[in-house]
Amino acid sequence: MSVPVTLATNRRILTQLRHDPRTVVLMLVMPTLLMVLLRYVFNSAAQFSAIAPALLGIFPFTIMFLITSVTTLRERTSATLERLMTLPIAKPDLVFGYALAFGLIAVAQVAIAALVSVTWLGLDVASSVWLLLLVAVLDALLGTALGLFVSAFARTEFQAIQFMPVIVLPQFLLCGLLQPRDEMGWLLSWISDVLPLSYAVDALNHVTHSAELDGTLVRNMAVVAGSALLALLLGAATLRRRTP
Amino acid sequence: MANSAVSIQGLRVRRGDRVVLRDVSCEIAPGTVTGLLGPSGCGKTTLLRSIVGVQLVEAGTVTVLGRPAGSRELRRKLGYATQNPAIYPDLTVAEALRYFAAVLRAPKSDVDRVIAEVDLTDHADALIGRLSGGQRGRANLAVALLGEPELLVLDEPTVGLDPVLRDELWGLFGRLAAHGTTLLVSSHVMDEAARCGQLLLMREGRLLAHDEPGGLLRRTGTPDLEQAFLRLIREGALL
Repeated sequence: MSVPVTLATNRRILTQLRHDPRTVVLMLVMPTLLMVLLRYVFNSAAQFSAIAPALLGIFPFTIMFLITSVTTLRERTSATLERLMTLPIAKPDLVFGYALAFGLIAVAQVAIAALVSVTWLGLDVASSVWLLLLVAVLDALLGTALGLFVSAFARTEFQAIQFMPVIVLPQFLLCGLLQPRDEMGWLLSWISDVLPLSYAVDALNHVTHSAELDGTLVRNMAVVAGSALLALLLGAATLRRRTP
Repeated sequence: MANSAVSIQGLRVRRGDRVVLRDVSCEIAPGTVTGLLGPSGCGKTTLLRSIVGVQLVEAGTVTVLGRPAGSRELRRKLGYATQNPAIYPDLTVAEALRYFAAVLRAPKSDVDRVIAEVDLTDHADALIGRLSGGQRGRANLAVALLGEPELLVLDEPTVGLDPVLRDELWGLFGRLAAHGTTLLVSSHVMDEAARCGQLLLMREGRLLAHDEPGGLLRRTGTPDLEQAFLRLIREGALL
């Protein structure tokens, strides 16, 4: 692995995005707009505060998943990946370059959404806003990493988009937002235990409802970060220098 | 031959249930321009992919600059331009080249040099996606020239170019070879064959001939290379 090559890849991807301002604007303001919409759907700060923390993680998670899977697939299906595989670049350089670029976008995206939620929409954060930000960014990174990984299993952008209902929606249903996880049947509760988004939502709820920084929170954050790293490494492993 | 730039022995490649290359063997001398010619679909691209080390190979050996094709040490010594431009359409020419130069650890000055070599200086800040097909092809070629590679593998680099530009590029290939670079250039335009030092003629996954242009004309007794190639195809393999 080479840090300069990873950084060059990161810079290259951000430059590509800079030439596509429409996508940048959509990425930066979409989660915020959804949070505003949510607030006025409930028309009550209390109800909004109950559900908002989880969605502050789920919206960026979903958007970053979509964007990363399509962008990475574009690199895989255009001849640029084959060219890169003939050059002195390690597979993790490429994958971490992508993760870093989209991670930076995620930080901006989540920061805007969290700021608007806390200052305008009346979201109460029991612990620090910084901790909320950190957890939400981890969730967005998890979406990025999973998007990178599943792009290996899609041949076209059309297929890549269809991975969203496969990977994202079941995690959304089982993450504890619609029904507490311990009140589900044993099978669903067990499935919910192995899906990383459940830990992301638990961590976000914890940060907003309690000021205490305890072991459970640290464990939940570690699970999310570990799952993201694992998905990135698996994503790197799916890149092949030689193809049929 | 120990001093060949590329040495191929009994290469066999299967894609799906089709054998694309069958028992291909050849040696490419360093510092030469070798033209790889043959009808489309005859396996030219697969042969080039095997040499740059991105093709899964069923049997045989490919040795490039003394090392097995695809070796880590070769990745800085080899320039490869695919037939379809492998370059980011949403970057400018200079931005894309700066990225590939960083990956190759090539000096920054290389970017301006290769842009000038493919005559794109006026379009250095244009988005690649907005260039014409021929300009995009040249931007693609410029990436392969970064880092002054010892071996250049170019898949149909002159497709879609006007005669003047095509002439200039063949002039560039000749100058590079004179400085010791080995070039392997595929084409299906027979009038380009005359500008190569060596020719490899392929058909249906086999090498029909490997000779100098003059040697081919003498052997087949034909007035031009197009007819020489047709005769070789009709008479079957006589390597």
